[in-house]
Amino acid sequence: MNTLSDAWDWLTDPANWSGGDGVWHRLTEHLVLTVVCLVISCLIALPIALVLGHLGKGGALAVNISNVGRAVPTFAVLVLLLLTPIGKWGQGPTVVALVLFAVPPLLTNAYVGMREVDRSIVQAARGMGMTGRQMLWRVELPLALPMILNGVRIAAVQLVATATIAALAGGGGLGRIITAGFNLASTAQVVAGAVLVAAFALIVEGLFELAERLAPGWARGRTA
Amino acid sequence: MKAAPEAPDDCLARNEWICGKYLSTRSEILTDAVIQHLELTAISVLIGLVLAVPLAVAARRWHWASGPLLGLTTVLYTIPSLAMFSLLLPVYGLSAALVVAGLVLYSLTLLVRNILAGLRAVPEETRQAARGMGYGPIRLLLTVELPLAVPAAMAGLRIATVSAVSLVTVGAIVGYGGLGNLIYAGMNTYFKAQVLTASVLCVVIAIAADLLLLGVQRLLTPWQKGARG
Repeated sequence: MNTLSDAWDWLTDPANWSGGDGVWHRLTEHLVLTVVCLVISCLIALPIALVLGHLGKGGALAVNISNVGRAVPTFAVLVLLLLTPIGKWGQGPTVVALVLFAVPPLLTNAYVGMREVDRSIVQAARGMGMTGRQMLWRVELPLALPMILNGVRIAAVQLVATATIAALAGGGGLGRIITAGFNLASTAQVVAGAVLVAAFALIVEGLFELAERLAPGWARGRTA
Repeated sequence: MKAAPEAPDDCLARNEWICGKYLSTRSEILTDAVIQHLELTAISVLIGLVLAVPLAVAARRWHWASGPLLGLTTVLYTIPSLAMFSLLLPVYGLSAALVVAGLVLYSLTLLVRNILAGLRAVPEETRQAARGMGYGPIRLLLTVELPLAVPAAMAGLRIATVSAVSLVTVGAIVGYGGLGNLIYAGMNTYFKAQVLTASVLCVVIAIAADLLLLGVQRLLTPWQKGARG
């Protein structure tokens, strides 16, 4: 395949890695966007989900918000935000869109995790005289942790994908290499950018997979 | 396109988000975009379904195949849509086939996982009862296992369809994005009414498709509602 060797040539050319449009800069942008937005989304979604899950209220909302999130095209939201006053503030539309699409999986998974905690364990905790706050922190949260972390993993992968599409609406990140490739009609650059994005997404997924394999040891030790 | 020269003070000229005049003057463009959107979605999901059923059945039959197959679907599903379309560019060029191929891969992923879960959930007693009644392996698959896997398969089909409706918009990068084309063009010209109208239509299509499939599921699995009567 000629295109593949062209893409390889593009990737191995040091000139393509440096500068404002270079791979290093775009990679850093992508990483910062993903991490910052993941933190913001967790700060918004997890407290709400933990409290709702603890109280057992708002379940329909917490579960259905994921389905709604799936039906709304990421690209449409990015462009809509770009045309609002937020669009004037650099990466504003990208950050808002990333958070909007990361919150639903976090909320749903954390809520379901909290509700799936065995009720008899919660009752036993109450019987031992634990307050609501103690039950939340010492019983429900540790037992719900695997589901919560699964939500974080889904959100992280979603963030990487959304940050890529943000390039279509002028946002930063590795997607810009792809859109610039399309504008230059350079198939080699498009493919090279896509390989970088795919590798980035798979590494993120792989890190969570690895963390999950290493985690059960201490997670079980603490909750047993 | 006419830029409405004699009526400068309508909602189009003022570039408002909600504009009835946009709907009446551009109905043809909107209809074409909606049709392209529906075609791309329907073709992709149908091809995905046709490919997913035998793959799921094979993974159910031969256990060694299910691990690598599920691993591959996870990898495919992790690749962001823009990168997926871009990776297919050397194969398909700037064509509708590129968008369809990308969407097929995503639908396939969701469908294989759900159909396989459905097949695995068929109780062993049911299988044995069917075998005891003299059912061969093919008759067992077609008349017992697959019908019992329909609810799980339909759940996967609904998720795949709703996702596909949303992902078609990214096809705008190669010019085959249905309503995504209008959003892309509207972005470049700051045309608020066009972007909002196309976005809302996307969501409406997704919800309508979901409800339609829910209706189909009810028709296909009357026994699930039978407990009521």
